[in-house]
Amino acid sequence: MAEETTARAPEAGAGAPAQSSGQSSGPGSGPGPRPGGRPGGPGGRGKFFRRKKVCKFCTEKIDAIPYRDVRLLQQFVAERGKIVPRRLTGVCTTHQRRLTRAIKQARNIALLPFATRH
Amino acid sequence: MSRLYEVMFIVRPDVAEEEVDKLIAGFTTSVTNGGGVVKNVEKMGRRKLAYTVRKCADGNYVLFTVEASGAVVTELERRLRVSEPVIKFISVRIDEEEKRLAKVKALRASRRKLSAEPAAPAPVPAPAHVEPSEAVQASA
Repeated sequence: MAEETTARAPEAGAGAPAQSSGQSSGPGSGPGPRPGGRPGGPGGRGKFFRRKKVCKFCTEKIDAIPYRDVRLLQQFVAERGKIVPRRLTGVCTTHQRRLTRAIKQARNIALLPFATRH
Repeated sequence: MSRLYEVMFIVRPDVAEEEVDKLIAGFTTSVTNGGGVVKNVEKMGRRKLAYTVRKCADGNYVLFTVEASGAVVTELERRLRVSEPVIKFISVRIDEEEKRLAKVKALRASRRKLSAEPAAPAPVPAPAHVEPSEAVQASA
């Protein structure tokens, strides 16, 4: 993958920036020059070449996710207050379940909103 | 048969500080009367609520850590529900969680001790220095 981009870059010259940006995992770039169905991809259709996201809780060895820690929870809540799916945040299943439970508890005690932007 | 609970409740913002203290005292007595222990009372202060609750935009958060049986907490919840200045409450059982955390910590500590022993001559950080030398002396 790296060799191809470097091989193409001197070739295309002025057109290189446009091409290479499409190849080297531009955020949200749809099926570019590479076809879909590549093994090891995230499994959804949208983002192809996200590098393997690691679970933030596993790497930092955070065991407990308290509902009181609003700043931590807010990182996993979207702008409108919805819980972000784990394929976007890279959280592992066990931690996503604990996180969801904590977010719902925080919503109940008015630390997080249920929905924003009427 | 004592369980560990965390009870958080929100008091109306227009209630005076002494009133809040009186409320807290009342709740703690109800817990101790039922045979429970209030381990910790934390007044988290005034915060803006994420949504309006009973027409209040902010409130005084109070956190209780209670060690008691289920019936005591039910009674405490009933009192919270009835008391007028309290607008929201949530009680979470945390003893299972604490057990799990303690198990994980114990596992990590034992794993770290096992990995520290063979590295006796190597430059190890100060706390590990004590263990290998003791182990060497004990085995010799």
